[in-house]
Amino acid sequence: MEMKFEHRIPASREQVWAALNNVEILKASIAGCEVLEATSPTSFNAKITAKVGPVKAKFQFDVTLTDLNPPNSYTINAKGQGGAAGFANGSAAVNLTSDGADTILAYHAQANVGGKLAQLGARLIDGTAKKMADDFFGKFSELAANPEAADGDTTATEQPAATPVSQGVPAWIWLVGGVIVAGIAWAMLF
Amino acid sequence: MAENGIGASVRRKEDNRFLIGKGNYTDDISVVGQTHAVFVRSPHAHATLNRIDTSAALAAPGVVAVFTGDDLVADGIGPLICGVTVTSDDGQPHRAPRHPALAQGKVNYVGDHVAVVIAETLAQAKDAAELVVVDYGVLPAVTNTADASQPGQPQIHNEAPNNVCFNWPFGEKAAVEAAFASAHKVSTLELVNNRMVTNAMEPRAALGEYNSGTQEITLHLTTQNPHVHRLVMSAFNNLAPEHKLRVVGPDVGGGFGVKIFVYAEELVVGWACRKVQRPVKWTADRTEAFLSDAHGRDHVATAEVAMDAEGHFLALRVMTQANLGAYLSTFGTMVPSYLYAFLLAGQYRTPLIYSEVKAVFTNTAPVDACRGAGRPEATYLLERLVDIAAADMGLDPAEIRRRNYIPKDAFPYQTPVVQCYDSGDYVAALDKALALADYAGFPARAAEAKARGKRRGIGLSSYVEACGIAPSAAVGQLGGGVGLWESAQVRFNPTGNVQVFTGTHSHGQGHETTFAQLVTELLGVPIDSIEVIHGDTARTQFGMGTYGSRSLAVGGVAIAKACEKLIAKGKKIAAHALEAAESDIEFAAGNFTVTGTDKAMSIAAVAFNAYVPHSYPEGLEPGFDENAFFDPMNFSFPAGTHICEVEVDPDTGEVDIVRYSAVDDFGKLINPMIVEGQVHGGIVHGIGQALLEGCRYDSEGQLLTASYMDYAMPRADNVPSFDVDYAPTNPPHNPLGVKGCGEAGAIGAPPAVINAIVNALGIRHLDMPATPEKVWRAAQQAA
Repeated sequence: MEMKFEHRIPASREQVWAALNNVEILKASIAGCEVLEATSPTSFNAKITAKVGPVKAKFQFDVTLTDLNPPNSYTINAKGQGGAAGFANGSAAVNLTSDGADTILAYHAQANVGGKLAQLGARLIDGTAKKMADDFFGKFSELAANPEAADGDTTATEQPAATPVSQGVPAWIWLVGGVIVAGIAWAMLF
Repeated sequence: MAENGIGASVRRKEDNRFLIGKGNYTDDISVVGQTHAVFVRSPHAHATLNRIDTSAALAAPGVVAVFTGDDLVADGIGPLICGVTVTSDDGQPHRAPRHPALAQGKVNYVGDHVAVVIAETLAQAKDAAELVVVDYGVLPAVTNTADASQPGQPQIHNEAPNNVCFNWPFGEKAAVEAAFASAHKVSTLELVNNRMVTNAMEPRAALGEYNSGTQEITLHLTTQNPHVHRLVMSAFNNLAPEHKLRVVGPDVGGGFGVKIFVYAEELVVGWACRKVQRPVKWTADRTEAFLSDAHGRDHVATAEVAMDAEGHFLALRVMTQANLGAYLSTFGTMVPSYLYAFLLAGQYRTPLIYSEVKAVFTNTAPVDACRGAGRPEATYLLERLVDIAAADMGLDPAEIRRRNYIPKDAFPYQTPVVQCYDSGDYVAALDKALALADYAGFPARAAEAKARGKRRGIGLSSYVEACGIAPSAAVGQLGGGVGLWESAQVRFNPTGNVQVFTGTHSHGQGHETTFAQLVTELLGVPIDSIEVIHGDTARTQFGMGTYGSRSLAVGGVAIAKACEKLIAKGKKIAAHALEAAESDIEFAAGNFTVTGTDKAMSIAAVAFNAYVPHSYPEGLEPGFDENAFFDPMNFSFPAGTHICEVEVDPDTGEVDIVRYSAVDDFGKLINPMIVEGQVHGGIVHGIGQALLEGCRYDSEGQLLTASYMDYAMPRADNVPSFDVDYAPTNPPHNPLGVKGCGEAGAIGAPPAVINAIVNALGIRHLDMPATPEKVWRAAQQAA
């Protein structure tokens, strides 16, 4: 599966970059993201609970960052395990460019899903991931332009502003999360 | 004809219990102390198993045990086997990689069995299965049939270089090449025979019980052949000696081949119930069925026919690549070899045939028999090629077939591909089908459809099926590990009712009715006094089970032979009781009579005498209970012509089957209603393959069609009301004059449907399944 999107965010590149490094903003933008924790300067663990109706599954992601080029671009590599729901592996190249007062966030993601995700959700993944992306950016844009609105704002401001570890990690996670939620939604039909 | 005897459309005796919810399927059976098994399956198509950590699962609530491949090996259980040897072109037997029931070191397809979790409840087993931590070293996968043996592809088994299981040439290559060199015309076709998931309504299940007092394992299974399961598990998998292993196939909700085979789950359940000293139950959910049932078909082939100036077939050359999946299933090697290449003569006199089959391993579920098993693949290829040849020669498809048919006076007919057809009248079936389908009226119907913006097409398919595989000696010569006879026991009880024990197994075919009709016809006992018993190694004598449309043609004859023995013995008993010479006793309609007198004795009275032998022939054994075995001289060769008429909507690509006519030769029909049901079911199966069904793996080996949302099964609105008729011939080697009928529709239908679509669109070929998208694209290109 391959996804390529551009999203316009009504904030300066500096604001977007800061938001991408604001764990609380990112957590608040991703439905079901429970834990984000650094395991090294360029790696993370993340836990997302994806819930659709009565079905709930926890996914554990190991995330590593490569090709770091702050504040312009980086590549995120992730491996996610969802137990019986399957796995999702992949990478996303993310770029930020200024466009007037706005910032264009572009990404190019490639993902492989396996297990139930592939077996039951394959044909819904694209559509649902797109919806998840829209939901994510809707929330993220709002918070990037107005960081104080994020839950746990105090904590966020205490975070080191530009540690590489937090650079945009969840931008990958929402993508994978979207894929997972699509799979679970599908599985519910059976 | 006896009332309810041969030829009567008796309503199925077994349907009462099914219709009132009293069917007894494996998953319906629960026993005290039962535990539940859930299999941990690989989510990767190809990976090393670096580490399996079962500690968290073992500590989870309700967990009784967690086992991996090492536990099976420690107990000497397995591996799974393939029972038919095919000799490769290097003179060596086919490559048979080890097939552990629980993976060791490596997994080779998505769904491959990594571990089994056994817990008090199914929910606990499922939860604990998620806690089994497996460290996979993911390897590149190969799933595509045509790619598998190409250089540079991932290697699946060390034992099989280039993923080739066998390369099997058959026929006179040089003579075929010479015929092609001097031919007037050569027609060529490349095609794909789409991979199918068999989809029996009842998913596979197993319930194992171990009696520590008798050291006996009882295994209830979704099986088409309980004795074959017992034999293989005992002789090859080391589960238990045959006399300490009871296999029961209770009511089974459809087989279509997929329940012939000995699967990992069945062996593991049988072993685990002894290991944990508790009953163990496993039932597949639907996605597990998609992942782990043996799949069917999956060929890529090139076919060429050489013709003279009149369109007579001079030679046929077929190059086939067949996907066997990641491991060899129980009869995986036989399907694309003997059951395929030996059918390539079809209904035609083609004097020279050469075939090469390259069978390959891929990172997909094992592939084995699915309704028709090799014969649909051969028939589809041949009947598509014949239509291409007709187009190339400017001949009507009916005419080119007629010119090449084996004439009815040529039987028995020895084909160049081993089979010797015993009987047939292909012209009679064709003519009847053409009339039934109003073939002559097609141009007018096509013109009328065109006025409505639809494109109407008509397609023929003339098939031969070789079923009721026999005789046993031939099976052995071909590398089969079993005999293919069948057994029967017909037992009168002292009160005059009859129990018929058959070694076949009914899982939808209606044997309990058909066989009872046979017995009522032969013995004159009312059909309600006859019970047909099958499917339990503890109740029935050894039998080979049901597949390959063999049950009536082989098992039915065994029943008839047992009835003959009863009649012969009954004559002795009646002669004694009626004070007449045995040679003066006649038997008809349930009564023994003394020739030329009104002295008579019913067979029930004879049976009573046999069990209460107070006045009885000296030296004659008491009892009225006879066994018989039947090993046929030859296969059974049903044949027929099917004609499909479609309307294609060029704007949507939707195909509407507006008319379907089938004329089949099944010999004598015992129950025409059941036969017609089999014809309908088979045709729908074939229409499913032609229009809807396609099992798809992505390039990583993930199964994309793992539920009914992505794998389209035929539904009522995909099929028309069928016009079914018969053109029977008498198979001389079959004492009952019967042939098989269970697979014919699935064999005959796919080419008829595709030929009709190709005809409607005016194109050369379209691979199955002819989905609306594919048909629409073809219609746009053709326009």
